[in-house]
Amino acid sequence: MPAKPHPPPSAAWKQDGEELTLELAGDWKRDGPEVKVSGKPLDSRLPTFYNLNQLGAYDSSLPAFLFAHFRSIASSEKDKTEQPTLDGLPAKLRGLLALALAVPEESGTSLPTDADSVLGKLGLMTLSFFGKVQSFLEFAGLTVLSLARFCMGRARFRTSDFWMVLQQCGADALPIVALISFLIGLILAFVGNVQLTHFGANLYVADLVGIAMVREMGVVMTAIIMSGRTGAAFAAQIGSMKANEEIDALRTFGFNPFDFLVLPRLLALVLMMPLLTIYADVIGILGGMLVGSSEGIPPELYWNETLASLDMTNSSLGVIKSVFFGATIAMSGCMMGMQAGKSSAAVGEATTQAVVASITAIVVLDSAFAAIFTLLDI
Amino acid sequence: MAAKIIVRELTMAYGHLVVMHDLNFEIDDKDIFVIMGGSGCGKSTLLRHLIGLQEPAKGSIFYGDEDFTASDADKRSAFMKRFGVMYQSGALWSSLTLGENISMPLEESGKMNAASVREVVAYKLALVGLSGFEDFYPAQISGGMRKRAAIARAMALDPDILFLDEPSSGLDPLSSRRLEDLILGLRDSQGSTIVIVTHELASIFSIGTKALFLDTATKTQGAIGPPCELRDHSDNPAVRLFLNRGDTPATPPP
Repeated sequence: MPAKPHPPPSAAWKQDGEELTLELAGDWKRDGPEVKVSGKPLDSRLPTFYNLNQLGAYDSSLPAFLFAHFRSIASSEKDKTEQPTLDGLPAKLRGLLALALAVPEESGTSLPTDADSVLGKLGLMTLSFFGKVQSFLEFAGLTVLSLARFCMGRARFRTSDFWMVLQQCGADALPIVALISFLIGLILAFVGNVQLTHFGANLYVADLVGIAMVREMGVVMTAIIMSGRTGAAFAAQIGSMKANEEIDALRTFGFNPFDFLVLPRLLALVLMMPLLTIYADVIGILGGMLVGSSEGIPPELYWNETLASLDMTNSSLGVIKSVFFGATIAMSGCMMGMQAGKSSAAVGEATTQAVVASITAIVVLDSAFAAIFTLLDI
Repeated sequence: MAAKIIVRELTMAYGHLVVMHDLNFEIDDKDIFVIMGGSGCGKSTLLRHLIGLQEPAKGSIFYGDEDFTASDADKRSAFMKRFGVMYQSGALWSSLTLGENISMPLEESGKMNAASVREVVAYKLALVGLSGFEDFYPAQISGGMRKRAAIARAMALDPDILFLDEPSSGLDPLSSRRLEDLILGLRDSQGSTIVIVTHELASIFSIGTKALFLDTATKTQGAIGPPCELRDHSDNPAVRLFLNRGDTPATPPP
């Protein structure tokens, strides 16, 4: 026997004098065909009668249709006290609609939406930008105060926390820093070798790799690795502590959350970044040496050429920059964590922002350093 | 009896959004003071104002004769050392064990030697029925145990006033009852004043000596008094409705 066909759902409004009848027919199913609505009266009115002779099976789509109609009338009229008549509807449907209509719609719950006009958007963006600058300056000020308290011996934090962070952003970062630096040294040497061979000067690959690593690539690559690795971890740790009210708990016990959470992280990264940078420089030079030896430059000669090309000024530039980069990464991570909202989504957002902010700040700072060093003729 | 905490004309707001206005009440010594009201009415916000984590938009909070709201950071910090706070989520420091959670405030607040700190930690955990859990991390214990551990930490520095934010929410009836017994025991034996934020009627009636009802509709306090009296005789229908779970006569009985 063939399955009974499902007639499409339809709603027809029939006006007879003052009376308005709503005829509902067909099967009202979520996964069925679209509802055909006909004869809707121009003035919003509640139906006085229902004709359900042709109504088949229905699920939530039928009460949802009726509810939407009732609510649209209620919101368009000042007098919202008139209750729609439900007489004539099946008992189950009547019960569900009575339940849905029992509590009136709360007014003022819609969230403010962003401005639609270009000028409005520009205004909001400007306000947001200045808000961010202000919060950064505030955070930087608090950092200075916290450092001052530390220098006067008044800052309180757990030394075990400090050692833990020191290990996380020092020893634990060695493998990834080594891998990336080695590959960067390798790439620089390959590219340099191709060009310098044309002039028969491929020994100068050692100079190129050495100077590039100690001045720029060693410190910048280390800073970028640490942004993604440690800056993100700082933001996530502090952000989730905030979401879990752990920072409030610190405050009520009289601990300054800034001294307790930001200071050890800042000190640890500022201490570790120069060491990691020197380590990255040496590993990068070794990477270049590997390429050099494959191109016929004996390692000893390569090493001597590298040493000859580097002087104390060149070698210290990257290390000096690393202190500032370390502070930038720690501050970005901690600031985004401290300013995170109180939800797990906000923690994720803070982590992303921390990485983006610190990488941007590193590149901007590095450009500033390049300009300063050029002006100083270093 | 001198009022320990006095709140005058307190208005709480987030930016321009006023949560509650014109709150006036007093919490006496050794009271178990219940802050109650529907979900989202501002109970926890009021608690955060009382412990100094949020600034009032208007009004003042006094502890004894001292104006807590107007005090500077040092003075406020000294006040806060008299508080013990259990947060809604427990807020145990997740990177520390339960023992370390309790020992950290002890170590930082004085010059106790390690052995004495260990003794106090063991004692505080035993008070909340968690003897032997010193080396467990918060993530390794159940929700009810976390709440009890949070109370143990709140009591670490023998506070004068204990603030508990929804201590029994999400607990089974037996754990909830044990927690109430613990709260009563603490009040009687330690002499602490206890301020509890809750909307659980069983807890309100069984341990509350005085209750403040925050009315969402009027955005101010609906009533204040002993919970049973409010339930039966309050002249505010919203309070009777709340305390009788919606079953209440239209007018208070004489």
